[in-house]
Amino acid sequence: MARAKNLGRFLLWRSIRAFTLLAGISIISFLLVKNSPIDPIQAYIGADMLNVGPEQREKIAQHWGLDDPVFKQYVNWASSLLGGDLGTSMIYREPVAEVIKEKFSHSIVLMLTAWVLSGVIGFTMGVVAAMNKDTAIDRIIKWYCYTLASTPAFWMGLLMVMVFAVWLGWFPVGLGVPAGILSDDVTFIDKVKHLVLPAITLSIVGVANIALHTRQKMIDVLASDYILFARARGERGFILFWRHGLRNVALPAISLQFAAFSELFGGAVLTEQVFSYPGLGQATVEAGLRGDVPLLLGLVLFSALFVFTGNLIADLIYYVVDPRTREGRTYES
Amino acid sequence: MPILEVENLSVTFRQYASGLKERNIRAISNLSVTLEQGEVLAVVGASGSGKSLLAHAILGILPANAETAGSIKYCGETLTAKRTQSLRGREIALVPQSVGYLDPLMRVGNQVRTAVRNGKPAEEQRKVFKRYKLKSVVEKLFPFELSGGMARRVLLSTAMVSGAKVIIADEPTPGLDPEALNEALLNLRELGDQGCAVMLITHDIDSALRIADKIAVFYAGTTVEIAPAKDFTGDGEHLRHPYSKALWGALPQNGFTPIPGSQPHSAALPPGCLFASRCEKATKECHQAQPDLRELRNGKVRCIHAT
Repeated sequence: MARAKNLGRFLLWRSIRAFTLLAGISIISFLLVKNSPIDPIQAYIGADMLNVGPEQREKIAQHWGLDDPVFKQYVNWASSLLGGDLGTSMIYREPVAEVIKEKFSHSIVLMLTAWVLSGVIGFTMGVVAAMNKDTAIDRIIKWYCYTLASTPAFWMGLLMVMVFAVWLGWFPVGLGVPAGILSDDVTFIDKVKHLVLPAITLSIVGVANIALHTRQKMIDVLASDYILFARARGERGFILFWRHGLRNVALPAISLQFAAFSELFGGAVLTEQVFSYPGLGQATVEAGLRGDVPLLLGLVLFSALFVFTGNLIADLIYYVVDPRTREGRTYES
Repeated sequence: MPILEVENLSVTFRQYASGLKERNIRAISNLSVTLEQGEVLAVVGASGSGKSLLAHAILGILPANAETAGSIKYCGETLTAKRTQSLRGREIALVPQSVGYLDPLMRVGNQVRTAVRNGKPAEEQRKVFKRYKLKSVVEKLFPFELSGGMARRVLLSTAMVSGAKVIIADEPTPGLDPEALNEALLNLRELGDQGCAVMLITHDIDSALRIADKIAVFYAGTTVEIAPAKDFTGDGEHLRHPYSKALWGALPQNGFTPIPGSQPHSAALPPGCLFASRCEKATKECHQAQPDLRELRNGKVRCIHAT
């Protein structure tokens, strides 16, 4: 009972925090966009700009309320936001919510694949390195991780394209589906083929972080008194790792992986750009370059919410799974 | 024949002092001690005198940068690393100091079960919990939920269910209230009476004397005296080594008299008697070579002047 109540309070506070976070971010990003050299009218009209006279511009500006004080403009936008209306994307000519939904459905596959891959590979590498600390295998893993940690995602992406798409020709160079084919004719295999390179690129870069953290945590665990005592009871090797190592190192690793949503998102933006993969990342770059203000703002809010969710899950895992942070019980002996 | 025999054990740690310069830290030097079946041997000494390391050396769980010399025999057989591995948790069991030695994320009942060597784990664990008056709900608890006394009994349970003949209890008493302390000591004595050999490592001489048959006094990583417990009486006139006498005299009820100086650091041990620099009786010979452990009045002492 007490635990459910505590969990409820925890979630309530987090919701309030999410709301204030979004409010803060919406104000800051709105002000940033307002003060940027983006001209929303030009973005709206595009190439036909020459055919639009100053009077017509004036009328559009008036219609959109662009001459109102900034604060009033923000209130207008924010109040429709609260009503669930994110506005209409200027480059896609569709509601922003629709665009995000569609792009996200592509990105989530990419991000999820990369996330799971980097989590599993990174965790394994970290554990192996720690269990064989100061041996050649540990040094190789460490060296590999430091190299990866200092490798930008886009550069890794370019390398992958060069090697696996251009030279070896194993995978397509870019896009999410084959070009020149009706969308009904696109097979699952086609989609997977287009996913492989971006997903591997994104996960390779994510591996270093989780591997190095897991390694350090595992070293701490192995040096702990409870491991010493387990060894004194005759446990060793895999049994020792399975019984005491894994459960103590998995929790921080999983939390870290959820908390790494921000890096995942950031990595996806660059990777999608390199592979012309039609996801959220590419949409963000497009929206920024072509001055699609409603879409840009919508994406900013969405990515903030995405990262916040990752962090929330990380906290929640500790809260629910770790017995030490649960409601303390006391029993008289 | 003693069940456990430690002879001239030395433990040295290699450390990088500054840069690539290595230095050796001799944490235990020429330590000898024997343990008989049915006997409770108390190992007493100040912090840093090598008491816990002795336990770890016997169990073969010293850190990787430790080097050992000398021999440890179990039932007359010299222990190799491989033999120790097969004995620990089976013939030789450790009762650690605190609840911190239990896996924080594993229910304590399961942890006791992993130590069972003969019989059905769950049954054996319930039996031993019953014996130590731990309610059945305790097996479902996590270590952080245990009180000090309960943790004590859970830790003892892990040694009990293993069926080991040698029990090494490393500082099992600090932080216990008088009642729990009494109970913990009685439990250990009980194990001795049942035929186990118990090594009680402690710095609490008073508690040790209540249950021990023999006391081994450690100083700077070596045994300076091994004496029957009954010699620790009066002004310590039956004791052999000046350090044992000083230790006895420093107890609150025996005058509370401190002696000047402190234990030499294990990275810079003197060539002669390790206690010489603080000893009133020290002569020139004392500073020249470390005295051997010799038999004296039904005990052992490492001092050339002892009578």
